[in-house]
Parts: sequence; structure tokens; C-alpha cells
Amino acid sequence: MTDYLSVEGLAKRFDGFDAVADVSLSLTQGEILALLGPSGSGKTTTLRLLAGFERPDAGRILVAGQDVTRLAPARRHFGMVFQHYALFPHLDVGRNVAFGLESQGIPPAEITARVATALGRVDLTGFERRSVAALSGGQQQRVALARALAPEPRVLLLDEPLSNLDPTLRERTRRELRELIHRIGITTVLVTHEQEEAFELGDRVALLRDGRLQQVGTPDVLYETPVNPFVAGFVGRSSRLSGRLEGGTPPRVFIEGVSWDVPRAPHAGGEVWVVVRPEGLTLTAPGPGVLTGTVRERRFLGAAALFRVVTEGGATIEVSATPRAAAPGDVVGLAPTGVGLHLFPADAP
Amino acid sequence: MSSGARRGGAVWGWGLAALLAWLVVYPILLVLVASVRSDGGWTLDHVRRFLALSTTWEALRGSLWISLASVALAGLIGIPLAFLMSWVDFPGRRILSGLVALPAVLPPLVGVIAFLFLYGESGFVSHLVQAVFGLADAPWRLEGAAAILLVHAYSMYVYFYLFTRAGLARLDGSLLEAAASLGAGRLRTLFRVVLPLLRPSLTGAALLTFMTSLASFSAPYIFGGGFRVLTTQIVATRLNGDNGLAMVQTVALAGIAFAGLWLFRGNVRGGGGLAQGKGVAPRRRRIQSPAGRLAAGAAGWMVAGVLLLPHLTLVLVSFVPVGTWTVQPLPPRYSIVNYLSLLAEPERFRPLLNSLVMAAGATLAALALAVAAGVLAVRRRVRAGGVIEALLALPWAVPGTVFAIALATAFSVSRPAVGRILLVGTIWILPLAYLVRNLPITGRAILAGFRQLDPSLEEAAASLGAGRWRTLARVTLPLLRPALMAGATLAFVTALGDFVTSIILYTYDTRPISLEILSSLRQADVGAAAAYGVFLMLVSAAVFLAGGDRRAPQADA
Repeated sequence: MTDYLSVEGLAKRFDGFDAVADVSLSLTQGEILALLGPSGSGKTTTLRLLAGFERPDAGRILVAGQDVTRLAPARRHFGMVFQHYALFPHLDVGRNVAFGLESQGIPPAEITARVATALGRVDLTGFERRSVAALSGGQQQRVALARALAPEPRVLLLDEPLSNLDPTLRERTRRELRELIHRIGITTVLVTHEQEEAFELGDRVALLRDGRLQQVGTPDVLYETPVNPFVAGFVGRSSRLSGRLEGGTPPRVFIEGVSWDVPRAPHAGGEVWVVVRPEGLTLTAPGPGVLTGTVRERRFLGAAALFRVVTEGGATIEVSATPRAAAPGDVVGLAPTGVGLHLFPADAP
Repeated sequence: MSSGARRGGAVWGWGLAALLAWLVVYPILLVLVASVRSDGGWTLDHVRRFLALSTTWEALRGSLWISLASVALAGLIGIPLAFLMSWVDFPGRRILSGLVALPAVLPPLVGVIAFLFLYGESGFVSHLVQAVFGLADAPWRLEGAAAILLVHAYSMYVYFYLFTRAGLARLDGSLLEAAASLGAGRLRTLFRVVLPLLRPSLTGAALLTFMTSLASFSAPYIFGGGFRVLTTQIVATRLNGDNGLAMVQTVALAGIAFAGLWLFRGNVRGGGGLAQGKGVAPRRRRIQSPAGRLAAGAAGWMVAGVLLLPHLTLVLVSFVPVGTWTVQPLPPRYSIVNYLSLLAEPERFRPLLNSLVMAAGATLAALALAVAAGVLAVRRRVRAGGVIEALLALPWAVPGTVFAIALATAFSVSRPAVGRILLVGTIWILPLAYLVRNLPITGRAILAGFRQLDPSLEEAAASLGAGRWRTLARVTLPLLRPALMAGATLAFVTALGDFVTSIILYTYDTRPISLEILSSLRQADVGAAAAYGVFLMLVSAAVFLAGGDRRAPQADA
């Protein structure tokens, strides 16, 4: 499929630091991309660059082949839902939703109909004359969405769309939001700092750090084949050990005197970081060929439990196992399961 | 925003800064220059004469003395009253609290003539005292420093009252409880906790009172007699044709104003411990003893009476036909003839129309400049933003007389090459003066409004396809409405009642209400003067009510 929205080498500096540096992304029509990252990673700046509220120092933004980099926000035909919704407090719900339609010079009769449609889509039929201040947080969020979608924008931008909702509402709204976006089929970029949100809403996730793109891919790809320790650490749970890699077939990694075969090696040999998912190791009896450690803590999660094990070498590892596999104080062995073990050069970020 | 737009923003920013500098700074610089020039050459002649003349020293001392005494008097009345109204519950408190800001709806000159009718030699109160004690002559003369201070105390205690009340409202009641639990008695708590926390409010009120007294013109002009202050001295010197000396005196007045501002500067900033926490103001204490309640109630009603008397007097006198009230304690005849002639006679109606049109025009222009400043300095953060904000605020520190003289100097010749055009004697000079003096009022309100406005609302409008003008008209301005109303209200009322700049710059065709009041008074037509005063009072009150803003106008003179 061809790209509908593409970003090429986008960069923005604020007062001497790189808010966004050399970010390139591409989305097919109807795709949802989640920009994920810790605060200060540049995800909101990237969104504001897309919206046109900030002007990039370098790079291009293309929509359906049209270069919109220098276009004013008003002329991009992008819809945006703001973090705090930014509903106009002096206009009622209907006038808020009509605002973008009026900008396009649509006749009043058609505006009325389209406002009703837009509100119906977010389950707010008949809310036209309500004051926005009188709405609940969830309703405000849906009005903001209806307002952004009413003018039928080419791209929808969502800035932390669920961060102002309470946790119980958030999960339901997330599902409804995803269904709505897919039903409309609009190309969407959303910003979030929560992995769960990014994974559930995004067809693909772009992980940012210090203004730089770390990895883009489906949630599975990010989890299973992280390109660096930061991605491995930010996406999902993991523990980090230091080890030494020796080439050969298959390559072997040495940790605290124990050696394991690994399927892929990042380089020919030398010091490495070993990033282990909780399911990457299993608890066994201590013995040859396994790491030995002491269980320090057990966190019960229902079907499984997370065990914090401190090895003889002093490393702390989180291991997932059946709840009754061990108890705090037990001395256990740790053996690789064959998945969830990632090696990175020791000088990787 | 495209790079072209950004460059455009910078151009607009420096353009606005230049326009404001031309209006606000340039005229004052020209006065400074004029004070050391004579017949085309540089000279210290005027300065030497200024230093040698005993009258100028007298005026300088008088201005300083009156200003400091006004601060003390206004504080002595305003601060205790604010504590009383904030902390004590007594019969009639509510009514009194509604009346306390009443002096604010009296433009300076109108307040002065009300005092004249009330406490002047042939005023109601003087007549009453004369009758009660069987005196042959009036018991006092309303003249000199005492008379000026009386008017200042009446009109300026409101600053201390409002600032102190605002400070007390933000005072966290738990701080008082903490002091009490640490063993502090009432007095110790007052002096060690409450007053230190109120310091920013009190300093703010003191500064406002000082600057207002220093710039005061109406009271010294009407009541001064032999007592000299700089504002009236400048006008007198100019009337005598000694322009050079008037320039030096103007520079001296501006110098004192800036010195005052500089002395107070550090103290006004910083909110102390007032704004922090989500404190609840302490509850009002109810006076328990019946005698105490009676005394407090009686005192309250007496204060209310004193506050209301000038307004009532104006209304009463406005019904006196010309020539009917001579030596009687009370006017013998009443009629609405003054109001009828105000509306029916074109010569009398003219000043009303002049003032309304000029004040409205100046207010609209000042609002437009302030909105432009807000867009450029706050929203688009142009590099000239700091300069723009400073220039908007500057006229606040400059007494009205100084500005009037400065504008009269700058725009008295036509030399477009150096930015001087001939406006003196035209219909444009008074609205321009009002506009310049309105800039700090509208500027402060609207810049604060812009700062409180969530920028994402304007971004939302842009993302919905609204261009710059549609965003301004449909989103920014409607949301700024409270700030616009607050700024417009104060600016309009100040301009409508202006006397201090008008007396220097008016022409016959543009004579405003204040000048007409003065001329009615000179023709002994007290009824007409009072009717104009009532009109100003009512319009001010109506505008304040409509604006929903009960703060005192930043009065001048």
C-alpha cells in the first residue's frame, strides 16, 4: 500500500536542545500510529509539527503527495483532539461541533444535519444546546472528538486523548475510540505516554526518546525484537544483566560463569547487555548450566506470579512462573526458555 | 505559522512598539528638551530660574507634603474600615459595604464641587453649623491644604480599603489559628502575622494613593487658594506665558512621580504568604453585647451618611434654577429646568456629546492597541513584546498634567519629518490624550486576559480551519470579554470625567463636561454644574454596573 501521510527528516530545536531530531514516519491510509515515549521525548512536539502549530527547522510533511510543511494549521484539514479538549467555553456543544463546518462555508441547513450526525457517532445525540461546562469528562472528550471529525479531516491527531479520564472510564473509552476510528477509516496519529494505550489503539507504535525515533513497528515487533535496550526496557517488563558473547555456531553468552546458546548475536563477540523478559527464564532446581539465585519477593498476579530473584553475582532478575513455583527465601536455578532473551552491545543506549 | 508570517509578526511588533513610543515617550522627551532650550539654543536658564524661585520650591514641597499626608490619612481611614468590614459582623454591615466604594463613581472634579456645595463657606454643613451655634460668619473656609486633604481622604481611602479587603480575603484563617495556638494574643497576631502578610497589599495601596495625590489637580485647583502644588503651578506658569519654566516644572513633577514609583517598586512585587495555600478567610466575628452592636451600627450608618452626602448634595443642587439660591441655608426653589436645558440647548448639550464621543473613541482605540499588544506580546511572543508592555504601562506613572503639557508641546507644530504633527487646537488632541492615559488601564486588563487564555483554544480554532481573523473574532475576543469589559469600563469612566488633561488641551468645539462644569460654576450657575455632575455620576455608576466591575477607577486628579 502507498503512504498517505509521510514525515521526512523532521527536526525542531527549542532554545538549544533538540525537541525533535530527524524523525521520519509513514502511514498508510486509515492506519493508526501511536507516538509513545517518556515525557520530554518529543512526541507532543512531533504532533504539534504535524498540526502546524510549530514550524519545523528541517524536514517535510506530505499528505496524499501534497507538501503541507509550510501550510497554516487552518489550511491543512487535520482534525485535532487536545489533551484538555480545548472546547470553546462560550459556545454550546452544537456550536463547538459546527465551528469547523462554518469555517468551510457550508450552508446552515447542512451544518445542522452534519452536527447531528457527528454527535450521533459519539453517542451524544440531542446534546446540541448543552453547555460544554455542564458535561462530564467523558462527554467532553467525545464532543472534542465529534468536533474534530465533523469537517471530515484528512488526518486525525490525538494528544493524550484519554489522560483526563478516570481509570475505569479510560478502558471503555479506549475501545470505543478504536472502533470509531476504524469505522471512519481515518488516518490517525496519537500521542501517549502509556504503553497499554499505545498497544491497544495503535496499529503500529513509534517509540521516541530525546527527540529521536527509536523503533517503529507493531506492538509484537516492538516487544519481540527491540532494536536497543531502551526499547526493550520501555516496552514490557525486563531485567538487564551484563554478560560476554562468544561467536561460533550457535553463538554463546556467558553470564556469571554459566553459558547459554543464543539464536542471534549483535556482533562477533565481547561484552553485551542481556535483556531478559520475565518469560525468558524459568525456575528450576539449582545445578550445572543454570544461574543460581535466591527468591527475594513474590508478587501474586493470579494465573502467574512474578519472582524477584537475586543471583549469586548480585544481579536482580524478574521471572514469571506459576504462583507456587517457589517462595521467598528459596534458592532456585534459572534456565532460559528460548524466548524473550535479547542481546545488545555493551555500549548500546 | 510560516516564516513569512513570523517575519511579519516581528515587523508588526516593532511597528506597534514604535507607535506606542511615539505616543508615550516622544512627547515627554520633547518636554525634557524644551526645558533646556531657548530661542534655538541650549540653555540652563529655565532651570536656574526654577531653582531661584521660591514659589516653585513651595509647590514642590506642597506636592510632596500633600501626597504623603494623603497616604497617611487614606490609610488611617481605609485600613481599619477594611478590617471592620472583613472581620466584624454588625447591624447594617451589608448596606455599608455596598456604599463604601461610592467615592469611586465621582469623577475628581465632580467630587470637588460636591464638597464645595457641602462644606464650602455657603455649603449646607457650614450653614448648619453657623445656625446651630449662632455664628455671624461661616465657621470655616474650605481652602488650602486642609481642604485638599479632606477631598483626597474621601476619594482615596477607597484604594486602601479595597486593597486591604482583597488582602484579608486571601489571608488563610488557619494562620491566625496557628498563631493563637502558639500563644500569640490578638495584638501580637495582628502585628506579627496579619500586617506583615498584608504588606504587599498595603504598599500597593500606598503607591496608588501617592501617585494619585501627586497628580491631583481638581482639588488644589478649586480649593488651593494660596497653597501651591506642582500640578496647578505648571498650569499657572503656562498661563503666564513662561513656557520654559513650565517645562522645567513639568520635568520636576515627572521626576518625583518616577522617584516615588522607584522607591515603592520592590515592595509591590511578591505576594508574600497570601496567595499560597487554599486558605479560607477567617469567619466574621459577631459583636455580642447589645450596646456594642448599637454603637457599631450607629457608627456604620454615620459613615454611610458621610459617604453618601456628596452624592445627595449634587442631586439636590442640580434642581436649583440659576440665580434662585443666594444666602438661604437651603435652596428655596427646585425645578428640573437644568436637566431640560442640558438636553434642549445645543450649547449645553454639546459638552455631553463631546465627552461621550471622545471617551468612547479613545476607549475603543486603547482597546484595539491593547488587543494588538496582547496578540503580539503574549500570543506570538515577538521580540518587541517586553518593550510593548513597558510602553503600555508607562503612562500610569506619569501625572496627567505632565502628559497634557507633553502632548501640547509635541503636537503644536507641523514637522512630519521629526514625527510632529499639528493636533493642538484640533478635535483630535483631546481624544489622543485620553487614549494615551487609557493605555495602562486597558493594557493591564487585556494582557492579563490573554495570559489566562488557554492557547490551545486558539489552536483548536486553527485546526478547525479558522483563519487568523476568524479565530480572533469568534474565539479570542469572545473569551476575552471579561477583560475587555473591565478595561473598557475603567478607561471610559476615567476619560469621561477627565479634567486634568482637558483643561490644558481643550478647544471650544471639543470642550468636555468637566470644563463646562467649571464655566457654569464661574457663572454662579451651581444648578447646571451639579446637573452635569449628576450626569457623570450616573453614567459612571451605570457603566460600572454594566461592566460588572466594582473596582475603583484609577482616578487621577
